[in-house]
Amino acid sequence: MIQVSHLTKRYGSQTAVEDLNFTVEKGAVYGFLGPNGAGKTTTMNILTGCLAATEGQVTIGGYDIFEQPLQAKGLVGYLPEQPPLYMGMTPREYLSFVARAKGVPIRKLDDQLDYVMGVAGVEQVADRLIRNLSKGYRQRVGIAQALLGEPQVIILDEPTVGLDPLQIVEIRQLIRSLGRERTVILSTHILSEVQTVCDRVLMIHKGRLVASGTPEELERQFAGKVTYRLTVKAGPREAREAVEPVPGVTEVTARQGEGDRAELTVSASDTGPDMDERLSFALSDKRIPVLRLEREQASLEDVFLALAQSDPGPAGGGEKKARRIRRGKEERS
Amino acid sequence: MTAIYERELDSQLNGLTGYLYGALVLLFAGIYVMVYSLEGSPDFTSVLYSMTFILLIAVPLLTMRTIAEERHQRTDQLLYSLPLSMTRIVLGKYFALLTVMAMPLALVCVYPLVLNALTTAGGVALKSAYGAIAAFFFLGAALAAIGLFISSLMENVGLAAGACFVVMLLLYFLTPLAGYISSSAVVSLISFTVLMALFGFILWRLTRHGGVAVGLSLALEGALGACYLLWPDRFSGLFVQIVEQLAVFDRFDNFAYDIFDIRALVYYVTVAGVFLFLTVQSMERRRWAS
Repeated sequence: MIQVSHLTKRYGSQTAVEDLNFTVEKGAVYGFLGPNGAGKTTTMNILTGCLAATEGQVTIGGYDIFEQPLQAKGLVGYLPEQPPLYMGMTPREYLSFVARAKGVPIRKLDDQLDYVMGVAGVEQVADRLIRNLSKGYRQRVGIAQALLGEPQVIILDEPTVGLDPLQIVEIRQLIRSLGRERTVILSTHILSEVQTVCDRVLMIHKGRLVASGTPEELERQFAGKVTYRLTVKAGPREAREAVEPVPGVTEVTARQGEGDRAELTVSASDTGPDMDERLSFALSDKRIPVLRLEREQASLEDVFLALAQSDPGPAGGGEKKARRIRRGKEERS
Repeated sequence: MTAIYERELDSQLNGLTGYLYGALVLLFAGIYVMVYSLEGSPDFTSVLYSMTFILLIAVPLLTMRTIAEERHQRTDQLLYSLPLSMTRIVLGKYFALLTVMAMPLALVCVYPLVLNALTTAGGVALKSAYGAIAAFFFLGAALAAIGLFISSLMENVGLAAGACFVVMLLLYFLTPLAGYISSSAVVSLISFTVLMALFGFILWRLTRHGGVAVGLSLALEGALGACYLLWPDRFSGLFVQIVEQLAVFDRFDNFAYDIFDIRALVYYVTVAGVFLFLTVQSMERRRWAS
């Protein structure tokens, strides 16, 4: 449905997107995932024709967005980061304007308005001025606007920002149902959103595509190590010495817990189920009682953070890294 | 295009600006009809000639929001993502402006008929009266295109109005101001040199391409210098002549003398066309920059 090849966007000397390549198939929900400033919005603006690329090609349904913009744009519904609403209009007036600007035939106009207002849940505010609507309702009007004209591709830039938890659930359900027949691309930096909504993930970091696949694939692909958290009844040193020689263990940290207990964090390169047994046997051999043993699987969050941190550089970066840098600065000063 | 046209018309008529323009036109048409047509000779073209100054205020008011407001509210992103060419979007807005400008003039069209019904002898020459009304509309149309262009350069509505007002003022007083410019060849050369430098600066601002801007303006300066060395006498008064060509308001003068000047109308249409083209370019450029 969408093909992006060698897409590059530079602002002066700053590179926002660099050599981006990916393909989007019909009938799925794609999630653009990345920290703030990764190039998600820039990419979406280019896909919708709002921004011209410095280099590269984008085709939507076979139409080049730069060469045949009108045909390509006709297939796309777009909700930008900030919903493009006219404050002096009511949602009904506004949506009717957008529908006609998109070339929806008059005989279909009322049906389409009813449909999009219904799915976005803006019927009860349809005749109030947009100026007086809450942020959540404005966002819904923006989503309704993107659905007008029955677009094949729906591109939503952070669609759930500003919505309350109930609305978020509703909008996610809506996105899932839209993704059955059409193609939905949404951007987010909320990982749980990707896991619940998206069929495929495109992870972007510093303008580059760093990973793509289904959420499960990504977890498997990057789950090169497991982390165990144990609570044992022993001194920290004793516990550590018992665990360290176990095959597969790469790193052990131990600290004093409550009373005579020790808290262990064990990283292991062996992701198989044997690892659990080997650890507990090693400890019981030394007559150390295991009170708790937790296996932490690599979640999408770990993948995300690992990728964000893998690339050294001052800009961007995951939250954890930013926090660490900030802390470092505080310590120095 | 009709959707854009209707929305723009709606926003003009929902706000104050459209009505303010209408009120200004009708108020001053009333005053001048009283002064010129009822008291003195039945002369209607002078009424419109005197009314042209209204456009100084009306054009900035009507055009300031058109594009600057879209940019400010981020609704321009919707315009960019619509399956409509930028030319159609700009034309939709422009025709809405023309409609707003034409509305009070349609009422003014009744005045000559009323005046003729009132007077027994002579009356108003209808042909030249309607010619002048048409010319007023075309003048407004040319200025509105300039205002639209200025609005497309700005993100701040107030700034757009201010800049537009300054430009209108300059255009209004262009001929008297041009009288202060010495018509000597050297002054012409210096003026052109400054203009070329300004052109280079604007080019650099628009394209962010220093090399091209400097190269092109230097090339133009070189050509200018060569021309000056070859035909120095041609340069005397040339700048003043060119400046006078730009005096949009002065083209109206012939209509005041009951002459239907078709060249002036062509001139107004050309100015409108040029500035609409520039507006489209300025909108398209935004796709590349910010």
